[in-house]
Amino acid sequence: MKKKFLALLLALAMTLALAACGGGGAAGTIKIGGIGPLTGSTAQYGIATDEGAKIAIEEINALGGLQFELNGQDDEADGEKGVNAYNNLMDWGMQILYGCTTSGSCAAVAAESFGDRVFQLTPSASSTTVTEGHDNVFQLCFTDPNQGRTAADFIKNNGLAQKVAVIYNNSDDYSTGIYQGFKAQAETVGLEIVSTTTFPEDTTTDFSAQITDAYNNGAEMIFLPIYYTPASNILIQASQKGYDFTYFGCDGLDGILTLEGFDTSLAEGVYVLTPFDTASDAALRFIEKYKAATGSEPNQFAADGYDCMYALYAACQKAGVTADMTADQVCEALIPVFTDPGFSVDGLTGSGMQWGTNGEVSKDPLIVQITNGVYVSQ
Amino acid sequence: MMTFLTYLVSGVSLGSVYAIIALGYTMVYGIAKMLNFAHGDVIMVGAYISFCTTSYLHLPAWLSVVFAVAVCTALGVVIEGLAYKPLRQAGSLAVLITAIGVSYFLQNAAQLIWTSNTKVFTSVVGLPSVRLFGGRLTITGETIVTVLACLLIMAGLTFFTGGTKLGKAMRACSEDKAAAQLMGINVNATISMTFAIGSALAAVAGVLLCSSYNTLIPTAGAMPGIKAFTAAVFGGIGSIPGALLGGLLLGIIEIFASAYLSSELSLAIVFGVLIVVLLVKPSGLLGRYVPEKV
Amino acid sequence: MNRLRTMKPAARQNLISYTLVTAAYLVIRLLQGQGMLSRSIQGQLVPICCYIVMALSLNLVVGISGELSLGHAGFMSVGAFSGVAAAVSLESGGVGSPAVRLVAAMAVGAVLAAAAGFIVGVPALRLQGDYLAIVTLAFGQIIVNILQCVYLGVDAGGLHFNFLDAELHMEGGVSIISGPKGTVSVTKIASFTAGFLLILVALAVVQNLVNSRAGRAIMATRDNRIATASVGINSTKYRLMAFVVAAALAGAAGALYGLNYSSVAPSKFDYNTSILVLVFVVLGGLGNMWGSIVAAAFLTALPETPAMRGLADYRMLVYAVVLILVMLGTNNPSVQSFLNGKLRRKKRRKEGAVK
Repeated sequence: MKKKFLALLLALAMTLALAACGGGGAAGTIKIGGIGPLTGSTAQYGIATDEGAKIAIEEINALGGLQFELNGQDDEADGEKGVNAYNNLMDWGMQILYGCTTSGSCAAVAAESFGDRVFQLTPSASSTTVTEGHDNVFQLCFTDPNQGRTAADFIKNNGLAQKVAVIYNNSDDYSTGIYQGFKAQAETVGLEIVSTTTFPEDTTTDFSAQITDAYNNGAEMIFLPIYYTPASNILIQASQKGYDFTYFGCDGLDGILTLEGFDTSLAEGVYVLTPFDTASDAALRFIEKYKAATGSEPNQFAADGYDCMYALYAACQKAGVTADMTADQVCEALIPVFTDPGFSVDGLTGSGMQWGTNGEVSKDPLIVQITNGVYVSQ
Repeated sequence: MMTFLTYLVSGVSLGSVYAIIALGYTMVYGIAKMLNFAHGDVIMVGAYISFCTTSYLHLPAWLSVVFAVAVCTALGVVIEGLAYKPLRQAGSLAVLITAIGVSYFLQNAAQLIWTSNTKVFTSVVGLPSVRLFGGRLTITGETIVTVLACLLIMAGLTFFTGGTKLGKAMRACSEDKAAAQLMGINVNATISMTFAIGSALAAVAGVLLCSSYNTLIPTAGAMPGIKAFTAAVFGGIGSIPGALLGGLLLGIIEIFASAYLSSELSLAIVFGVLIVVLLVKPSGLLGRYVPEKV
Repeated sequence: MNRLRTMKPAARQNLISYTLVTAAYLVIRLLQGQGMLSRSIQGQLVPICCYIVMALSLNLVVGISGELSLGHAGFMSVGAFSGVAAAVSLESGGVGSPAVRLVAAMAVGAVLAAAAGFIVGVPALRLQGDYLAIVTLAFGQIIVNILQCVYLGVDAGGLHFNFLDAELHMEGGVSIISGPKGTVSVTKIASFTAGFLLILVALAVVQNLVNSRAGRAIMATRDNRIATASVGINSTKYRLMAFVVAAALAGAAGALYGLNYSSVAPSKFDYNTSILVLVFVVLGGLGNMWGSIVAAAFLTALPETPAMRGLADYRMLVYAVVLILVMLGTNNPSVQSFLNGKLRRKKRRKEGAVK
């Protein structure tokens, strides 16, 4: 019986494998493959980058020039699934790779795209391992250590605090990466870190040990190099305990005001190092479109995705990329354009974005303080 | 000293949430002899239902809890009927895998229904925080309610399984299903009833979990579920006071480990303590030792 | 053919297993040579081999020895991280041949995972049933937590290790393991052929163990511990043997897996992966090695098929439904008897037609 069933399974597997071969986009369209977590515990970030990019593509295609088609695939924020998604997209005929959303998966995929010579632009994988040794991989976001350094400098130079506590997620390389950059720079500029605590999981966590430790060590400010979901928990739990800290977060914290059900008054006075200036006209238009399309507020991930498409669009136009080029032709055409000092892109997450040969973006970091529920540039 | 008390209060608060989840686990395990891996996800569904009824329908908090309990009870019975009942004769591992399938199903269905965006749960507890020692020690209303709920549920379950006819039927099923059937007990109905109670407890646990630790996403139940399962085994699985004790200890150890030892290694410490305890007391703290017979 | 018939049933079964695995390998190689395999399938060959070995080894614990283990991925992680460390060290030590490095990595991974299996097994195997399950689950979580704090690099002066602190004090050199990032910038040297050979080795080890004196003792212990003990068999010793062998195989699979990706994070090896492998084993049938192989290959490839990928948001939901239905279909007596009845009737009709 068991054998028969297994045979049945095999047959089913083969049918499924054969069923959806083929497909493909319209003629004259550049195929962009997207990878990010669309399911699992980090799905909200992957879906945001996917949706943000879709809005940009709609606009770009409406211009009537180069046409883009985006195929977003799920990687569950896992390297193995990321490589699977990548191979799947290669079968689909991907010409440019947009992704991955998370650093861990991106590091595994970048090695593949480097070997195949596929141009890769990631909206939000900020680890340096993503670009290291890969001339074809570019980032639209700041790198982790860079954010940590900028944050430490800003806190010191503006005299925001003398004693700082750090709470970071030690199972997450993004968070750990920023923390390490922050710690090194804090030592250099003489900023005192009085308490360093970690947590392992992003949801429904009890932070009392971490918050109390910061309080007992006399911290005036807590540096939060973490995503906005656990950060919102920290803000709520600290306020319940009656502690009054100043908070400073990085781009992962951007989105805290968009949380459904969150009392934004708790975020009053929080500093965020984010590239996404929500007050600009372009941003307001984007926010409106995003809300109409998805029913929720966009965060910085969505804006990164949006900017990625425009960066690719500008570069493709400049490099003369056409839809009939192969992926490696596109790659070799785009690399010199991206690294050209004369090439710069203005977007929602920064104006005059330029890229170095190491794949890292250079743009001015924007530090905002939340005042009356909106970002105010500092 | 004050710091120690602060940590202790946090530990008790976290532990009592684990305890409520563990009580549900232990109930189901005790009677159906299966590890219901989907229990954590029923918690998540309960929290979402409560969130929706308060945020979208603007119903009062107590009514949202009633709704959550009702939906989860129904969900528990449906899951049991569709996925577990057909496997009653199969091995326990087959049911375990089905439970894992149900867990995946609930997580992904929740993502499709409520999206993956984090929802910040507004506490259903109206009680204000109590500040002691001139404000240096804060006990939140959520902590008080969770601890009370935990004790109440434990007392209720103890009375129910010990004193009522249905409860006795459950214990009979737990001891020997075939013999229980011969005594005229409807085993299937009893097991369905157990799932209904376990899921109702899960709904309460979900609401209290998210009232204390406010963020809610479709995978929010997974880790608390695993930890509560650990707590149930820690206390001696199948034992109602054991689940309470296991949950409380797990919460306190977790907070103390990250406060006094190393927050980086807090998980390793929690699970390490668990291993040591199980090696010393192989059937958990309050578990019954069942001698093997030939 | 005659010799095949006169062989012992166990030996015959072994031979058939090796032949079928080899045939599958050759067919895939042939299709690959003809360019008939999509990138997607080719990319999954190595991880599928790893999962098959994982399933075979876990089947030894769960199916043959009868212990529920929820931390098998922990041994995989030990193998992956130590294997990668070995391969990178050899590379920086000037060993050029990828094959040598790969074999050495798998050997190191197997040995260290076996050691971990021994350390966990000695105390844990005093427990039984769900208590053993929870201890293995706890072990799996502990190892992931610890690996997230490990920093390891290699330079001309040798290996540099640090715990909790990223600073390695290296002069030049390369980073191998970097905390929560896991392994970084690994040269990918895993190959499908190596995976195939590892499956053969795993099959040989498992089947020979099962059909040996030790294997019979293990199964006797599973079926009745007290009766086995009463005839003078040291049951703990044999259970430990199965556990350690399984850990070693998982370690080798882990090393192969780790060398197939340029970067693998420790969180990959949490309880979700352990449970995934358990699903393969139970779905394939406890103690049924063939079932493990087919189930591991099928369930790994299923969510990656273009049809499933095309479902986008609904993909994992459909996967969950398929999993539940398959479990109900293979284990529910009424569904089985329904299928059996149908098949028997068909058979009878056929027989009738011949007459």
